[in-house]
Amino acid sequence: MDMQLPPLALAVIKAIIIFAVILQIVPALVYFERRISAWIQDRIGPNRVGPAGLLQPLADVIKLAFKEDLTPQGADKWIYRLGPFLVYAPAVLAFAVIPVGIDLQVASLGVGVIFLLTVSGFSVYGLAFGGWASNNKYSLLGGLRASAQMISYEVALGLSIIAILMTAQTVDLNEIIRQQWAAGTLGLMQWNLFQQPIAAVIFVVAAFAETNRLPFDLAECEAELVGGFHTEYSGLKFATFFMGEYVAMITMSGLMITLFLGGWSVPWIEIPTKPTVWDISISVAIFSLKLVALLFIFIWTRWTLPRFRYDQLMNIGWKVFIPISLLNLGLTAVAGVLGWKWLIPLP
Amino acid sequence: MANQEDAKEQELERTTSTTEPRQNAKFAVPVAKGLINTLKHIFRNEPNTIHYPEERRTPYPGYRGEHRLKRDELGREKCTACFLCATACPAFCIEIIAEEAPWDDREKRPRLFNIDMMRCIYCGMCEEACPCDAIELTPVYNIPSLTRAEKIYNKEKLLSL
Repeated sequence: MDMQLPPLALAVIKAIIIFAVILQIVPALVYFERRISAWIQDRIGPNRVGPAGLLQPLADVIKLAFKEDLTPQGADKWIYRLGPFLVYAPAVLAFAVIPVGIDLQVASLGVGVIFLLTVSGFSVYGLAFGGWASNNKYSLLGGLRASAQMISYEVALGLSIIAILMTAQTVDLNEIIRQQWAAGTLGLMQWNLFQQPIAAVIFVVAAFAETNRLPFDLAECEAELVGGFHTEYSGLKFATFFMGEYVAMITMSGLMITLFLGGWSVPWIEIPTKPTVWDISISVAIFSLKLVALLFIFIWTRWTLPRFRYDQLMNIGWKVFIPISLLNLGLTAVAGVLGWKWLIPLP
Repeated sequence: MANQEDAKEQELERTTSTTEPRQNAKFAVPVAKGLINTLKHIFRNEPNTIHYPEERRTPYPGYRGEHRLKRDELGREKCTACFLCATACPAFCIEIIAEEAPWDDREKRPRLFNIDMMRCIYCGMCEEACPCDAIELTPVYNIPSLTRAEKIYNKEKLLSL
């Protein structure tokens, strides 16, 4: 691009556009979640507001905005107010480093993945604060579960990512994407999904747990805990929690695409060294398509699987996923040292 | 003997405990089957529900909805104010006050015949108890109203249905 914009202005414009688009995905995602869940359950789903119910999310937002914003008696007021934002802000912030197009991201940080993991780890504070400050035993249980679950699965998530970083030998997400590209249909095999299948599976499961989605939504758990950590929240605070969950879903999908599915590239289109605006729009479209597919998998899984029991959740986390990801890590390391290219791809 | 009991207990432990990670590994196949099943439902697109206000289900014969009082061929109410329906009613929602009938073929007729539809449980006992076949339950099921007073049906209303 030969636009003569100062870098700061360009960064601000990019930030506004990307964040605005992310926020617009959330209502659409809510709509599709409700529609797909209806199809899975042989229902029709929201179809009253606007054509085919498309304006339903708008109606929901208006309803939530006009609801009374209650603070329960005995609640710790400031922490109670802080809760939703501590869930929402990290999810949005973490998205800043995810490249949505060729070298197109809000913040091009050298530490890429590490920034993302650090920031998204903060959202557990939001859940724990919300649960604790509500002065409600169900909320407290939800908050406790959320913190235990997220801390446990963050380990598996991190370990599976480390395996990728070891083979990539960089934390720059754009560089990781470039390494996953190879020409031709067989170039698909260059994706980390096929190169590091164990890490990919662990990453998906841990991503579900990190975003508190079914089958790991023990933090909300309508059946046992009423609504978990957000039982006492109403109006826009509840909406913020809700948005946080969905943005976290988008961020995790984005990370999954970047690390395992070749990011904004497909093997059939060569990555240009000097991308034009046209090249960048194509790469954004590719990223969006992959994002839609992954979000569909999130929704699809949610409406298929029942919730895990709490002890099962902890057992799977600590006794299955962490050992397996450690094993995978060790295998990758050994293969790297001994140069076993047939086992692990090496740059 | 003690050994046998121990073995039994261990067997029970083994079969009822689902917390063993080794058993969790068996999840994979059912999970995949479930995912395929739900995917089929997405593409099948045969909802079991209907668009309610536009589409209505026709109730099955014998459906017990709103009550009505019948008239005979001369246009008089069939009811003879015998109180059998009010006696049979388990919800005590029928209130009758009788008066002398102006006709020769019966002694009484209802001056007041109120059914409190908010109390009615639509069991159909009144219909069964009635010796003159004067009261019956129609298949009309959507009977909302804006006030409670509207839900107390009087004789005129019941006869007009």
